[in-house]
Amino acid sequence: MQSTASVLEVEAVTKRFGAAGGAGDLTAIERVSFSVGPGEFVAVVGPSGCGKSTILNLVAGLDAPSEGRVLLHRREVTGPDPSVGFMLQKDLLLPWRTIVRNVEFGLEATPMAAAERRARALRELQRCRLTDFAASYPYQLSGGMRQRAALARTLAIEPSIVLLDEPFSALDAQTKLILQESFAKTIAEAQITTVLITHDLMEAVAMSDRILVMSERPGRIVEEIAVDLPGRDDPMARITAPRARDYVDHLFASLHLQEKAA
Amino acid sequence: MTAEPSDAIGLGRPLAAAADDDAAGPARAAAGEFVRTRLQSTPALVLGSIAVGVLFLLGWQFLPPAIGLPGYIVPVLSDTMRELVRMAEQERLLMHTLSTASVALIGFVLGSLLGAAVGYLLGMSSTLEKIFSPYILGLQIAPKVAFAPLFIVWFGYNAMPKLVVTVLVVFFPILVNVLQAMKTIDRDLVNLARAYSMSRWQIFWKIEVPSSMPSLMAGLRIGATLAVIGVTVGELVGGNTGLGYLIAFGEGQANTAMVFDAILVLTAIGIVLYAVVAFIEARVLHYIPRARR
Repeated sequence: MQSTASVLEVEAVTKRFGAAGGAGDLTAIERVSFSVGPGEFVAVVGPSGCGKSTILNLVAGLDAPSEGRVLLHRREVTGPDPSVGFMLQKDLLLPWRTIVRNVEFGLEATPMAAAERRARALRELQRCRLTDFAASYPYQLSGGMRQRAALARTLAIEPSIVLLDEPFSALDAQTKLILQESFAKTIAEAQITTVLITHDLMEAVAMSDRILVMSERPGRIVEEIAVDLPGRDDPMARITAPRARDYVDHLFASLHLQEKAA
Repeated sequence: MTAEPSDAIGLGRPLAAAADDDAAGPARAAAGEFVRTRLQSTPALVLGSIAVGVLFLLGWQFLPPAIGLPGYIVPVLSDTMRELVRMAEQERLLMHTLSTASVALIGFVLGSLLGAAVGYLLGMSSTLEKIFSPYILGLQIAPKVAFAPLFIVWFGYNAMPKLVVTVLVVFFPILVNVLQAMKTIDRDLVNLARAYSMSRWQIFWKIEVPSSMPSLMAGLRIGATLAVIGVTVGELVGGNTGLGYLIAFGEGQANTAMVFDAILVLTAIGIVLYAVVAFIEARVLHYIPRARR
């Protein structure tokens, strides 16, 4: 499984919050290891509070592991890295900026001419089918469009890996399906390495190449499932495949949801 | 257990939710309806407001004599207006007005700049904030206008004491508003900027300053009204210029109409200052839908 050309490698990472052994000590994740190859789409599923978002913060360099290492392109992550794009449930668009200026936001940390920045932002907006809304303000857009704008901002920095933390969970059911389709297409076209954190098992099966199943806190990876279904760029079609149901059922069992509901 | 009622709610909810989530369509239609009803009723409301104003002015003109109040207690409207003209001609009303207005404006600008600067400074350093917050709280509660006599002792009978009082009363609400805004900034936005490898300075200018704008503007609006109070108290306590001085002077001569007129002009200055701030706020916060006219 360990590809030599992995984009991301997480090696036996443990993250504790609070003083070790002290009061309020909390182990969020424990000895988590996995790797993501170039162009791969990996989903991480697990119960709430299993440290899914902790993994994301460690990879984004916003937090440091207590033990173990995180490697991006074989270099250890020690701080925020401009080659990592991340997106949360909240779109985090700046309300005082127009959509195109929001997409430019991530590029402003780099030494880039304003004209090039604008050109790049417009290109990403076109890719996310938002060109007509470049001059709008975030409040003028629907929730789904705002998430697409956030994706455009994430892709504008040309990241080598994109981390998606429940990007669809605040949307209504229909918008969610449409947006999953749209994201899958954009990501497949751009061939971007992606890690999707989600609690939606259907979504994980519909969108990813591989699914990592995490346990309750302290989060550990209890299972790794390769999704052997065609059409990763078309989740709507993929989810209707008969075998998709088997994967969801398997995940269902793996997370012991039946016992918990009882 | 309570199967039936909860079922009924359960059935009702998806329908309601679906209607809510049906994009912005219904919401916009509702907003349109709201605007329309408002437009329809607006002339009536304006007429109502005017009617109240006219009634008040009529009452002012005819009520005091009717109940036997003499002119040196409550001067009627016409006397007050006559006195206003006399003040303009003989008491250099324009000069006093300009003096008060300029001190209020300068004090407001200086107090706002200082308050915002200290607010941002404390907001960026939790250490500084922890050290200074008890004193800020104390000073905030202290009645700043009560310092006016002290300032006269320190600075003399010139424009300085009233300017300092004005700066001081404007300073605190703006400081507190900016500090509060800095403390409640969305951590995820800051993390986003950090993930893009932005410097502390970039985070400040690109995230923290714009995020705090609504609070800063609210502070400025409070400050605009307080500025007039500050300068008035400063002028009441000492000096020989400004509308506050005219109030003290009029009172000494039992010229109640003069006091009334000075208060009217002071109010007008306050309204203008407030309107300017509200105008700037509407410009700056144009991206917030409800700030739109």
